[in-house]
Formats: sequence, structure tokens, C-alpha cells
Amino acid sequence: MAYKHYQVLGIGVAFSPNLTANLYEAARLSKMLKAELVLVHVGPESEEKKQQIDQIIHAQGEPPVTYRLVFKVGKPVGAIVEAVKENGIDLLLLGALKEERFVKYYLGSIARKITKAASCSVLLMINPSLERVACQHVVVNGFEDEHTADTIHAAFHVANSLGSKQLTIVEEIASEEVSIRVEDDRSLRRLNLLKEKIKRKQELRVQKIIENLPDEVKQHTVIKTQPIFGKRGYSIGHYAQIVRADLLVMNAPNTYRFSERFFPHDVEYILNELPTDVLLVR
Amino acid sequence: MSRRKVDIKGLIKSLPRNIFSGFVVSLIALPLGLGLAMASEAPPISGVIAAVVGGVLVSILGGSHVTIAGPGNGLVGVLLVAITALGLEATYAAIICSGMLLAILGFLRMGKLADFFPASAIQGMLAAIGLIILGKQFHIMLGNRLKLEGSVDYLLAIPNTVTGIFHYSDQGLVYAAISGIFALAIMVFYSKIHNKLLHLIPAPMWIVLISIGFSYWFELVLERPNPISAAYMLSGIPSVGEIVEQIPTPDFSYWRSAGFWGSVIAITLIASIESLLSIKAVDQLDPEKRRSNVNRDLKALGLATIGSGFLGGLNVVTVIARSSVNVNNGGSNRTSNFAHAFFLVVFIGLFSTQLTRIPLPALMAILVYTGYKLASPSQLIKMFRIGKEQVLIFITTLLMTLFVGLITGIISGIAMTFLIHILLNKDAELFFKNFRKPNVLMFKENYGDHKYYINVKHYCTFLNFYRLKEKLDQIPENEDVVLDLSLCKFVDHTVLSNLNAYQDVFSKRDGHLEIIGLDQHDADTQHPFANRRMLPGLKLITLNFTDRQTTLQEIADDYKLEYRAGSTRDNHLLDSFRFFATKRIEHIYNRLFDTLDDFAVFDITYSEGELIAKEEVRTTMLYMASNKEIPEFTLDREGFLERVYASSGFDDIRIDNHSDFARRFYLLGNDEQAVRDFFTDDLVLFFESNPYYHVESHANGLLVFHNQRTAGVKEVRSLIDFGRRLQHMIKNIPTKRYFIVE
Repeated sequence: MAYKHYQVLGIGVAFSPNLTANLYEAARLSKMLKAELVLVHVGPESEEKKQQIDQIIHAQGEPPVTYRLVFKVGKPVGAIVEAVKENGIDLLLLGALKEERFVKYYLGSIARKITKAASCSVLLMINPSLERVACQHVVVNGFEDEHTADTIHAAFHVANSLGSKQLTIVEEIASEEVSIRVEDDRSLRRLNLLKEKIKRKQELRVQKIIENLPDEVKQHTVIKTQPIFGKRGYSIGHYAQIVRADLLVMNAPNTYRFSERFFPHDVEYILNELPTDVLLVR
Repeated sequence: MSRRKVDIKGLIKSLPRNIFSGFVVSLIALPLGLGLAMASEAPPISGVIAAVVGGVLVSILGGSHVTIAGPGNGLVGVLLVAITALGLEATYAAIICSGMLLAILGFLRMGKLADFFPASAIQGMLAAIGLIILGKQFHIMLGNRLKLEGSVDYLLAIPNTVTGIFHYSDQGLVYAAISGIFALAIMVFYSKIHNKLLHLIPAPMWIVLISIGFSYWFELVLERPNPISAAYMLSGIPSVGEIVEQIPTPDFSYWRSAGFWGSVIAITLIASIESLLSIKAVDQLDPEKRRSNVNRDLKALGLATIGSGFLGGLNVVTVIARSSVNVNNGGSNRTSNFAHAFFLVVFIGLFSTQLTRIPLPALMAILVYTGYKLASPSQLIKMFRIGKEQVLIFITTLLMTLFVGLITGIISGIAMTFLIHILLNKDAELFFKNFRKPNVLMFKENYGDHKYYINVKHYCTFLNFYRLKEKLDQIPENEDVVLDLSLCKFVDHTVLSNLNAYQDVFSKRDGHLEIIGLDQHDADTQHPFANRRMLPGLKLITLNFTDRQTTLQEIADDYKLEYRAGSTRDNHLLDSFRFFATKRIEHIYNRLFDTLDDFAVFDITYSEGELIAKEEVRTTMLYMASNKEIPEFTLDREGFLERVYASSGFDDIRIDNHSDFARRFYLLGNDEQAVRDFFTDDLVLFFESNPYYHVESHANGLLVFHNQRTAGVKEVRSLIDFGRRLQHMIKNIPTKRYFIVE
């Protein structure tokens, strides 16, 4: 599937203390991505709710963003997934619902359910705020996978739209690919030669992906690559945390296989710890 | 295959030195082997068999370079229990089984097993083993053979034995006790006396030689029987022929009993821990800083243990004291281990009857000293400095090992450590929730300096240190590494002391391991290895100067230098000097230095060797940087370093037209022409007409010191004066072939 720009931005609206912040973020994002905004509320329709939302959206800033408000009845996750299909939402925003200790845990678990069922990309915001916090640094995964090229393209597009100055492509190389075990000086030397070789190969692959991207998405951004040998899906989250990335862009998990209920999936580590805002690209 | 050719050439070239080193090691291995075997109540020769089998097999199959294999002191306790409970033949069977387990551990690459034990628990266990050895052998050393229930009873009986000496009615026993005390005195004072001739022969061998000489003196000169009671003489040393004839048959009939397997597991546990710790420590002593293949060594040790068990020998483990003697005598590869085995065979073949002239108390004094070194009170003081909780772990392990047993001891030590960590953090969730998470990130920066960067999250303790270690092991030691612990809520003592060992290895191989991110962490003590919790708050340091320190402060003011009394571990400038290649810098204190950091006088404590072979030296040194590239050389009056330096490719250099200089000084270096050019007439005259110092150079720094003790304030003054003038002198040497380094 070739990458398409995001057309329709969706957000689940719950009347929680974070409502204003979530709506502000959604409104800003829809302007920056030039995408249509669809607000999905799971619950009965009422004039009062409509007015409250309208007020918030108008208070966000000029020019007020145009939006559609959709009411759905049912269980939250199921209803949102349905709304995604019906409205052609291709990027779903999930904001933190409550300010409490388990916020990351909730967000992660909802994201887990939605990515399992919905066919759109999902953006998790761990810290939605009223004021715009500039997105300076985007980190995107670059490991060898058929979806990676699309994901990188999406990351460049988003980074460009948000005005990010830096984008780092992290090539995670699973430790299993490096078959040599370090036992003495000789195996250490061999290991490092092998690592260099793998690194060069990966670097070439990623460079090719970057070359194939249209110029307009990459001209304003400093592009860096960083190969990391380690646990796939874990290292990139840890990396994003220590470089204080503002957005981490990852391939969305394909489909959940049965075995993955027992063994953590690549993004599972990220969903558990949510080091920063995460965009799962489908 | 050109690399292999070079290897063989190098091997042959280094052979004489390794044979010599193996010879010196065998001088220690013989008395220790006999003593350790007797302490375990096995036939004395079984210790020597273990050393011979170990020396041969491990040198051929092993994966380490300068280690020596043989019977280990840690095993005395468990072997003793096994032999008293199962009997000798069944114990040989247990030894064989433990050899198999050890080899399996090697095949399963379980060399990292030793990382799971908290440092203080291991210390506690070693101290307990030390007390077991000391407690049992102390009585024999004083001529009072006892048969008691537990190891604690032996310790409690020590005062009785001491007072008992004065009531001996048998003259033979009095002489036995005297020989024991004399031998102990040799062990204690050997390292205190700095005499070259004395140190040519290791202390245990002195004991053997003096005992045999004493016996002959009575027999040949006084023509009287040896006054030491015959019951306290070493007996039952078979000749080589007899050893072959009397090979015991291991008795495997106990294989269904739990006690047998308990012994097997205890023996394997200690054998693997002792070996792994020793290999780790010896790798740090290795002047060439090679990395040992731990798993291969385990396999070799396992195989050697099986062989030794079948031949009637004890377990084969890697032993630290003998290995460090090996390094100090110029051993550079595994041939020295082989040579040590060879010389042991020669000794037994030629002198087995002479060995019966050694009194048991003298032999046991060596073990008492070994035990004391393991359990010395200074260990406890060290623990106190690190933190009270470490003392608790130490004591728990020690007492449980003494009263219940080894496995219980180490398990309770681990449990205690974990409990303390939970209590300190008031948070068990931190450990349980994050235990399975891969918490370590390592990458080589793809830009800038291409440094390695490691970041650790959540917590870093003995529980998950193996993850960090795995990453660290993948980095060549000549690289720059930044280790960031700022995301760790808790870092424990085991990790910090292990990391310190890594830092040593990195800095000795021209790399650098920097630990950052511990600034927001708080520790209960000032010790660098104390447990660290993330907490705000700093402690005040109160300084209480001694007279010498006050005077040093005055000297610093006179010479416009800065003075810091506190100790520092930042010693990477010194590590590059050849002098410290086989030595370990403990700490540097009382520093006087100038603001540019290119001139510093300091007190330093360094140690050489490990365990019974450990010698700690305190001295005062001068370091100065030079803006010129100086050829590597060593200038010394005594030439006692010749042997050490010759091993690193240094040649004796003669400066023409200065016969007096040549007579009085030994000048060594590896680039002869460069050194000759550097030693201009003026410089030679300078050295001839000034007080003597040992001067050593490395790239762009000079190290100057006088003798192996701390300098008095007057000496500090003259050292500074000498250094200043030397610095001036070197500045004025025309830069013929040398370029100025910025």
C-alpha cells in the first residue's frame, strides 16, 4: 500500500478533565495536516454536549477549524472502530483521558484494542496541552519490513507538517541477527566486523528509502540515522526517551496472531511504557 | 595462516620466561597443594595431583591466558564435609560428577552465572570459608590436633589451644608449635620486608626450605633426631610409581542419596564461583589485557576435574594467588601453567622423600594465613565504609555459611540483599514490575565522535546486571563509552564495583568508560561503590587534617600549587605507564597540583597480586605532562625492574661517552635511537648530579618517584624541586626529531 497523506483526522471525545486539551491538540493538528476533523463521542446525542464542544473548538484559535461531530452508542472501543470505518478516518488521535498515575497504562491498553480492530493509523498523545508544544524531533523506525518505507514517508510528512527540525531513523537490528557470541578478543573482533557489515547494509537500505521520498517533505528537516543492536521494539522507545523525541513513529502491528497473546509484540514494549507521543502507522 | 606462524614464533620467544614463571608458581603450588589437601582430610598428594592434571589439561584446552589451575582454598570446606560424610572414595565420585557439571556449565555458556551473586554475599561466603580453614588448621599449627563437631566449634576452641601451648608436657609438641608460629611469622612478614633476594623465593617455599634444612641440620650436624614430634610430620607422600599403583576407585554407590548430590552441587557451586572470580581478577592483572574465554575455561576445568577425580586428586579450579604470582614473574601465556605442572611432577619424582621432613604445623601456617587473608577484619571495615547494609549482608552470609552450610549461606545472602534493596527503596514493585523488561539500551553514535552510549532504565542491581554486562562485553575496550544511569531509580553496590572493574580494564586498554547520571542519587556513605538511590540532597564533608597534611598545604602554597587531601580514583593518566601494567591503583590522595594540571605530586596506594600473594604499597609520586613527545623509557638505578620491562620489549640502552652514567643507571626503552637522541649531554649530566629517582616516560608524560614508601614532607619538597628543574631541562632539549604536540 503506497503512502497517502492523511485526509481525515478522528478523535474520540470524552467529557473528561482533559477534554479541552485533547480538542485543542486535535484542532491544531487538523490545521497543520490540512485534514478534515471528525469528533467521535460515544454516548447519547445532546445539544448541551454539542455546544460545549463548539465553544472549545472556537476558543482554540483563529481561524476556527471546521469539524464534524459524530455520536455513537455502544462500547467505547467498538463504537470508535465503527466510526473510523464509516467516516473514512485514516488517522485516529487518542488523548490521555485522566491525569493520574495509570494514564499511560489506560492509553496503552485502549491503543492496543483499537490497533487490533481498526484499519487506520493511531496517534497516542501522552501529554495533550492547551498551548502548542513545538514538535522538534521525530524518531521513526527503519527496520527491515515491507511497511517501513510507508512509515518513514508518513513520518516525513508529519514532521514536515508540524515543522519538526530533526528526524532520526532508527534501524533496530535484532540481537538474533548477530550470531556471534563474545567470548574472547577474537570473537569480539569478529562480532564487531559483522556488526559493521550489517550496519552498512541497513544504512544503504534506509538511504534508498530516503532517496525515493519526494523532496518537498524532506527539505526542511535534518535527517539522521542511528543503527541500534538490541531488542526490537524496545530499543527505539528507550532511544526516543533519552533523545527527548517529541514523536515516535512506528509501524503498526499487522494483525494479532494467537501466539502474540503470550509473547510480547514489538510495539508492546512501547505501549507499556509510552516514552513520548507515538504514531502507529498503518 | 600467517597469524598462526607469528603466534608460534612469539610462543617460543616467550617460552623461557614462562618456564621460569611456572617454576616459581610450582614453588608455591607444592606446599599449598599438600596443605589444602590435608586441610580437606584427603591424602596430601591429592592436592598435587589436582595441580598437575589441572596444569596440563587447562593449559592445553583452556580459554584464559595467565591463569594457574589447581586445588582451590574455597573448596576446603565443602570437600571436608563431603569426605567426613561420604568417605574418600565416594568423594572422588562427587568430584568427578562436579567436573561433569562444571563442563556442562561451560557448554551451556553459563560463565555469566557469577554475575548473579551480590558482591557482599560473595565476600561473606569467602570470609566464612577463610574462617573454616583458619579454625581447623590453627590447632594443628600449634600442635594440638582436635576432632570437633562443626567449624564453629573449632573457632571457639582457639583460645584453649593458645593457652594450651604453655602446658605441653611433650617437648615434640612444643617444637611443633614453634615451627608453626615461625612459619606463620614468615608468611606475615614476607610482604613487609622489601628485599630482592628474599623475594626471589616465595614465602611458602621458604617455609619448606627452612623446614627441610632444619631437619637435615639435626640429622647431619647435631646428629640427633628431629625434635618435632613424629606425629606432626608430613607423612604419606608416595613416589610417582606408588601414585600410579594406588589410583583409587571412585565409589559411585551413593549416587541415589541426596547428600551425595548436595555435595556435588556445593562443590560445583564453589568451584565455578572461585574459578570465575579468579579469571575475572586475573584478566585485570594481565599486562597484555587479553579477554579470557570464560566458558572454554569452565569446560577445561570440568574436564581436568574429572581427570583429577579418577586419578585420586581434588577439584581443579582457577586460583587467584598462584595466578597473580605467575603474572608478577613474567608469565605471559598458558605455557607457564603447563610448566608449573611439569615442575610439580619433577619435585614429586625427585624429592618426595624430602617432603616428609616438613612439619605439619609449618605447612598449616600457610593455610592459616590464607584463611586469615580471606576473613581478615579489614574486609569488614571495607564493608562498613560502603554502607551498613553491606555489613548486614556480609554477616548474614558468613554466619549462615558457618552454622548451616555453603548453599544456604549464599542463598540467604542473595535473599538478604534483595530484601534490603526493597526496604531501602520502600518499593517492591520497582523490582518485580521491571524485572523482565530489557532495560539497557546501547548504541554507537552514528555521528560526532562515534562514541558508545549506554543508558539503563528503572534499576540496576545484581538482579539485572547481566544485561548491562552483555552490552559492555560487546564493546572493544579501546573505545570511548558513556554509561548513563540517570534513569535508574536505584543502583546497587555490586553493579558499581563491577563497573569500576570495567573502568579499569577500559582505561588500561586506552579506552574510557565514563559513568554519568548519578548526581541526583544519594548514598548513605561517601564510598564510591555505595548503593545509590535517586534522592536529592548532598552531604557535607568534614576534613580533619593531619600534621603532614597541614605541612603539605603549606608546601602547596609555597610552590603555588593546589592541594586536595581527599582521595580520587581518577587515575587514567597513570594507567598508561608501564609501571602500572600489572599493578592495581587503589587510590590517590594528598594531591598537590598546578592549575594547568600538568604537574602533580601525590600519595598513591597500589597493590600487586591477589590474596596471599597480595602486596600493598604506599608511595609518593610525581607526574608531569610534557608538551613534547617523549620516547618511552625507564631510568632506574637498581635494575630490579629489568625483568618486568624486558618482557614488554624494552632493551637496555647505552648512552655513548657516559660510562659513569651507564654504570650507575639502567636505561631501558623500546625505540633505542629516539631515547639516545633524547638523552642529551645536558640531561645525562642532570641525572648524574641530582639525587636518584626512578623516572619513567610515556608519550607526553613523566612519572618520577623515589622509593616504595610515602615521602616525608622534606622529600616532597625535594621531589617538587627535582621535578621543576627536570621539566625546565626537558623544555630546553632541542626538538630535533620531536614535533610539538599541542
